[in-house]
Amino acid sequence: MSFVIKGDTGDWEIVCGLEVHAQVISRAKLFSGASTAFGAEPNSQVSPVDAGMPGMLPVINAFCIEQAVRTGLGLRAEINRFSVFERKNYFYPDLPNGYQISQYQHPLVGRGELLIDLPDGRTKAIGITRLHLEMDAGKSLHDQLPDRTLIDLNRSGVALMEIVSEPDIRSPEEAVAYMRKLRSILRYLGTCDGNMEEGSLRCDANVSVRRVGSREFGTRCEIKNVNSMRFVAKAIEYEARRQVEILEAGGVIEQETRLFDSGRGVTRSMRSKEEAHDYRYFPDPDLLPLELEEAFVARIRESLPELPDEKKERFIREFGLTPYDAGVLVAERATADYFEEVAAGRDAKQAANWVITELFGALNRAGKGIEECPIRPHQLGRLIDLLNEKVLSGRLAKDVFAIMFETGEDPERIVEERGLRQVTDTSAIEPIVEKVIADNPGQVETYRKNPKVIGWFVGQVMKATRGKANPQMVQELLKKRLEG
Amino acid sequence: MALDKTTVARIAHLARIEIPESELDALTGELAKILEWIDQLGEVDTERVEPMRKVMDIPAHWRPDEVTDGGRREDILANAPETHDGYFVVPKVVE
Amino acid sequence: MSELTALTLTAAREALRRREISARELTEAHLRAMEAARDLNAYITETPERALAMADAADARLARGESGLLEGLPLAIKDLFCTEGILTTAGSHILEGFVPPYESTVTRRLWEAGAVCLGKANLDEFAMGSANVTSYYGPVRNPWTRPGEEVPLVPGGSSGGSAAAVAARLCLGATGTDTGGSIRQPASFCGVVGMKPTYGRCSRFGIVAFASSLDQAGPLTRTVADCALLLQAMAGYDPQDSTSAAREVPDWSGGLSGEVRGLRIGVPAEYRVEGMPEEIERLWRQGAEWLRAAGAEIREISLPHTRYALPAYYIIAPAEASSNLARYDGMRFGLRVEGADLTETYMKTRGRGFGAEVKRRVLIGTYALSAGYYDAYYLKAQKVRRRIAEDFTAAFREVDAILTPTAPSAAFRLGEKSDDPVAMYLNDVFTVPASLAGLPGISVPAGLSAEGLPLGLQVIGRAWDEATVLRVGRALEEAAAFTALPYGLAEVAG
Repeated sequence: MSFVIKGDTGDWEIVCGLEVHAQVISRAKLFSGASTAFGAEPNSQVSPVDAGMPGMLPVINAFCIEQAVRTGLGLRAEINRFSVFERKNYFYPDLPNGYQISQYQHPLVGRGELLIDLPDGRTKAIGITRLHLEMDAGKSLHDQLPDRTLIDLNRSGVALMEIVSEPDIRSPEEAVAYMRKLRSILRYLGTCDGNMEEGSLRCDANVSVRRVGSREFGTRCEIKNVNSMRFVAKAIEYEARRQVEILEAGGVIEQETRLFDSGRGVTRSMRSKEEAHDYRYFPDPDLLPLELEEAFVARIRESLPELPDEKKERFIREFGLTPYDAGVLVAERATADYFEEVAAGRDAKQAANWVITELFGALNRAGKGIEECPIRPHQLGRLIDLLNEKVLSGRLAKDVFAIMFETGEDPERIVEERGLRQVTDTSAIEPIVEKVIADNPGQVETYRKNPKVIGWFVGQVMKATRGKANPQMVQELLKKRLEG
Repeated sequence: MALDKTTVARIAHLARIEIPESELDALTGELAKILEWIDQLGEVDTERVEPMRKVMDIPAHWRPDEVTDGGRREDILANAPETHDGYFVVPKVVE
Repeated sequence: MSELTALTLTAAREALRRREISARELTEAHLRAMEAARDLNAYITETPERALAMADAADARLARGESGLLEGLPLAIKDLFCTEGILTTAGSHILEGFVPPYESTVTRRLWEAGAVCLGKANLDEFAMGSANVTSYYGPVRNPWTRPGEEVPLVPGGSSGGSAAAVAARLCLGATGTDTGGSIRQPASFCGVVGMKPTYGRCSRFGIVAFASSLDQAGPLTRTVADCALLLQAMAGYDPQDSTSAAREVPDWSGGLSGEVRGLRIGVPAEYRVEGMPEEIERLWRQGAEWLRAAGAEIREISLPHTRYALPAYYIIAPAEASSNLARYDGMRFGLRVEGADLTETYMKTRGRGFGAEVKRRVLIGTYALSAGYYDAYYLKAQKVRRRIAEDFTAAFREVDAILTPTAPSAAFRLGEKSDDPVAMYLNDVFTVPASLAGLPGISVPAGLSAEGLPLGLQVIGRAWDEATVLRVGRALEEAAAFTALPYGLAEVAG
């Protein structure tokens, strides 16, 4: 799949790398004991350390280190057993210390790779350049008071992982696929909840364009604030087209930071800086270099869950699923777990169909996630069993499914209490067949000329039995009776 | 490495310290003198010498992932020059 | 000088335990002395109500037979330690009105040991200075003057208020902090004992940071035994400081003696710097002689990179300071000078909030870290620092402690050297190398200059070996028998 921007002077391709900030799941902040919970009263989750008060010192939260290592391992990346926290110095009111503690020359995680799933079922590897830990800044509110800005430091000091990709992305769709896959892996690992609305997953995109076939990189622009899956594609495409337009008109791209304006769907230049950034990075003397024991890394490696790529492979291999179905099922760990429980001891393809078509459909319509699903996996499994045991027809099974989704009740109970058992007794069906034929002589005539009308008869019988008659049996009886 | 007025002004801005124009010459002179004195470091052979990364070779200590602080907004805001509704108030930030 | 303020920390402690004196009368005597000596400007903030309340609580505990290590002993706290509910200024205008909602670990330990807080001692602004002339709250006067002269002298710095208060009997002991000599040099200038322990021995939590990789808290007292006692209470592991060492604190004060027989004492050739006054060199030789007489072996050693310590220090300390002081921006605490916009507010607040020396160092540090200069300055300095530390490591294979002068001169006149930063920096030529290497060092008053001013000798030890440093310090103290008093006090004492 190649994404080409057609210009008047030729074809252009996108070269894009993403910088993702993922909030680490932890109870306390990276360097203080204040809570990370979302949505608290302003400045209520702030320790004097997070407020940059005099004499306050950072102490590393061990679990955040573990989470970052876990993420690195999940991205099949090198874990650097020696890394260094450095100070990135700049003045901003939501940065209380006047510096952000981050990692620069010696990040915790080095090169790795992420496989993205393309719509045609193929995968593509996107290189991971590095992953490092850093602290978040506070939040500025600009529109509450005229001429003043309000500062809430609740986020200040929350652990973030900055995950930087290689410029391997060639289309807006690949960027979205990258984000989806990264989010999926982070959620599998339990290292980030991936919630873009609450800002736990944020994305900046480095975008440049070049003529198709060129090996050179063009000048890139960094697009900030690309904070939903939808905007990732929009922002990149807009920016690429903007650059092509400039280049085709004989202009040059200025390396700059641009902001994505989601309301208007455009990127715009951030007010040009009065000065070039000079962050004066240097190792934070309040913190020792981060030195990890091999055993520490090994213990985390051993505790890694099966990740989406391996799970997908296994679903294809063990269950004979199509890559597409397998891909859909493994996107969320909860979904994959759900599916596996339904499929246990059953026909996996049938189980996959029910989960993907019926269950996902119902959840979508209800706007619910798998975690809130009213049907437990074993219940869905029993429903499939009832269908296979011919207690239910396909049609009845769907009705029972709908009731299950509504009430959360067991399928057996629904079948019993509502008398939805499929009728397979010919002696019960025959009189109804007789009556339908007797009541509709006109249609019987039509049948002689057009045997397809049998469908109409089946419908009538099913209606009369309120859907409970076994449709195959009805068809056979009708055929016998009409032909005879 | 010669230090000139322009550089001092740039550094002062980077450090967000206002230096009146009238003091810039004298300050440049002082800083240049200090740096000139510091330049003798160049005499030391530091080929293949690793920079000092920690003063004492002590094992790292990490904190457990426990919430032990926060919930003390009054303390946090007590010294603030200006507050509003539980927020710090600062001059308008223009993005 | 009353009898009570003339006591040593150790003697007062004994008297309190024997209930011969009360903490209240001891405290009141000091509060009176402080009031009478305000011209020294040793304290920025006096806390008499709190002091008396703490003294009464100590008396109550003593009456119950409970007593902490420092029960009822009145101390001065360098105003760089954050004290909960008490104005903490760091000697700077920019911290105007700042009252910390937390307590530094070192002072918390002191209060838990029963000590009484007399007030916050003056200091050089953000501990940057060697004469205590950079404080926003005005210079501190050394209680010593040249005999027959009224000319005010500097107490040294940056813990100048602490050293002056101890020398002038305005407290029984004081906390200081030492980044490049800020405890030892003023101790030498004021004729008191001052010690910087090994980096990591005392927690830095709650101490306003100057240069994080160098700052260490330590005691200033009138005797080596007092020094051991006060350090005992200050030191100890703190999980809130990542650079604090999880090491047991030995019982320094318990078994303190001046026994130095068999110890090998190094005398570094490179400390014979050009232009060092002859009387200082003579005192140094005298010190070595005292130790030899007491049974120690004196060895010439070499610390080849000594002369690069000061320039390396004047990159590393300002670089760290430029970042540590970025938080003083007028947004969340302290002074704010409103400008037309945010940037102007930053510039004005920091331009007016910081004094000249702080600005110089922040600018030097900013420059040293800025793009294109990092390798040439900061990285180079950290490499030189390693070489200096390696010099000490090599020397300590040959010797158990090192003897040097503390400072290249006695106290000088207020205003002297103030217009020449580099001349001022040279004050720390003997103290900075041990700071860069993180090693413990003590300054013990060892004699008087020709002008009648106190001079100190410095003992440097191996990392974590404060015990040997104190032992050698005690031996010097015994041999020197330094009993001279600042002349004002001597007249009163008769």
